[in-house]
Amino acid sequence: MSLIAVPLTLGSDFISSLQAINGLQVVSKHMPYLLEGALLTLYITTLSVIFGMILGLITGLCKMSKNRILFGVATGYIDFFRGTPLYVQILLLYFGILPLFMDAGPFIAAVIACSLNSGAYIAEIVRAGIQAVDRGQMEAARSLGMTNRQAMTYVILPQAYKIVIPPLLNEFIAVLKDTSLVAVISAEELTLRGKLLYSTFFEAAWIWGTVALIYFIMTKTLALLGDYIERRMATE
Amino acid sequence: MVKKTIRLLLVGMLIMSLAFSFVGCAQKTTENKAADNKAAAPKPVLTVGSETTYAPFEYTENGEYVGFDMDLIRAIGTAAGYDVKINTLGFDSLIPAVSSGKVDCIISAMTIKEDRAKVVDFSKPYFKAGLIIAVAQKTEGIKTLDDLKGKRLAAEVGTTGLDASNGVKAKDPKTTVKVFDSVGEAFMELEKGGVDAVINDMPVTSYYVKTKGKDKVKMVGEVFAAEDQYGIGIKKGNTELLTKINEGLDKVKASGEYDTLYKKWFGDQK
Repeated sequence: MSLIAVPLTLGSDFISSLQAINGLQVVSKHMPYLLEGALLTLYITTLSVIFGMILGLITGLCKMSKNRILFGVATGYIDFFRGTPLYVQILLLYFGILPLFMDAGPFIAAVIACSLNSGAYIAEIVRAGIQAVDRGQMEAARSLGMTNRQAMTYVILPQAYKIVIPPLLNEFIAVLKDTSLVAVISAEELTLRGKLLYSTFFEAAWIWGTVALIYFIMTKTLALLGDYIERRMATE
Repeated sequence: MVKKTIRLLLVGMLIMSLAFSFVGCAQKTTENKAADNKAAAPKPVLTVGSETTYAPFEYTENGEYVGFDMDLIRAIGTAAGYDVKINTLGFDSLIPAVSSGKVDCIISAMTIKEDRAKVVDFSKPYFKAGLIIAVAQKTEGIKTLDDLKGKRLAAEVGTTGLDASNGVKAKDPKTTVKVFDSVGEAFMELEKGGVDAVINDMPVTSYYVKTKGKDKVKMVGEVFAAEDQYGIGIKKGNTELLTKINEGLDKVKASGEYDTLYKKWFGDQK
């Protein structure tokens, strides 16, 4: 409703009419508050992706193992975390499972939940990446007298690494968006901060619009970074 | 063998979905018939928004919306000549939902306060609530708001309990305030030791202490902000509906139905 009040003439009239828009005032006044939330979003995302990569590499390799126990555990883990909603996983971990082991705050619980979840997705990325390396590479390495482990470490993984970079960056972006769900356990990241502002000022379009814009800037930056890395890889 | 099983499964799913869609059609036609029959004397529908995880004011039992507010709005609706239809929404979404016309009115143990009244119109107050502090059973030494300084608190988003918690934080920045979507999660946080206290509406906390939180959570100190009263929210400027709801509320109070409902949900507690 306040948007209609903006006159088409620019200048001081325009600026004073902008100030009359309540939503804009709310958003500009609370920008640092929202950006602080965005910083926490980035923290949770980065930590989750790092732990998720470690977890994903291990379980991805287990998934290809001939050892039945390792294979079974990895499959169970991946199936569970890919087959249930992250929202439910967060609630289950924070209120149900973590209290049995430790006194985890919302931040730690958020990182654990997002790491476990992204680990399951990264495991599949890793598996796909390794399987995409030509079978002949492994055969050649083995025929040179390398053990299975040596062949993996020195021949297969370095090649798989290049293949998995683009999907990994996609996963990074997906995790960044998914962290909005940890608002439910009172981790004060960007979405919860938005929710708190919204429940005080009720300016839905302005507040959620700004929150969406901040998310978009973060994901777009990651995507551009991904393009850059991909280009660099291609020329090498 | 595996292929066969998959094929069987797929066929099964197909049959199921077809069956369901037929059932859906059948229901629709009967609904249409019912609507046709009613067309002789159509009752306008009053769409009500509520955050239904707030026992004993509004919660679900066997899939039905029950509680003091639910009974009250149904009674008011009947008195004012409406069919009442209840929708559940997040507490922080209630006011935007009513101002954008997604629901006609909201009843959700909502305290009438200034910044809310700027955005929506409130009916006459229908309930006196006030806030109270809840702590874990074994906690000692917390009685007043001042005792909460520097402690860890939990509250529901958009509530007066959260305002009070933030008030404590304003006095002592060492205080931490955790915000949850519903008060049930705040109580869970208290039970698992994640916070020291929860500030919330007294009747709801009292109900929790007697039911799910029995022997785990207790209320301490006196009720404060006791002048706080609940109101039904209506889109700003919709005086027609506001008058109808106020008149309905008056009727429900005059007929003694209000007192019956109060007894039903709160016993003799005042």
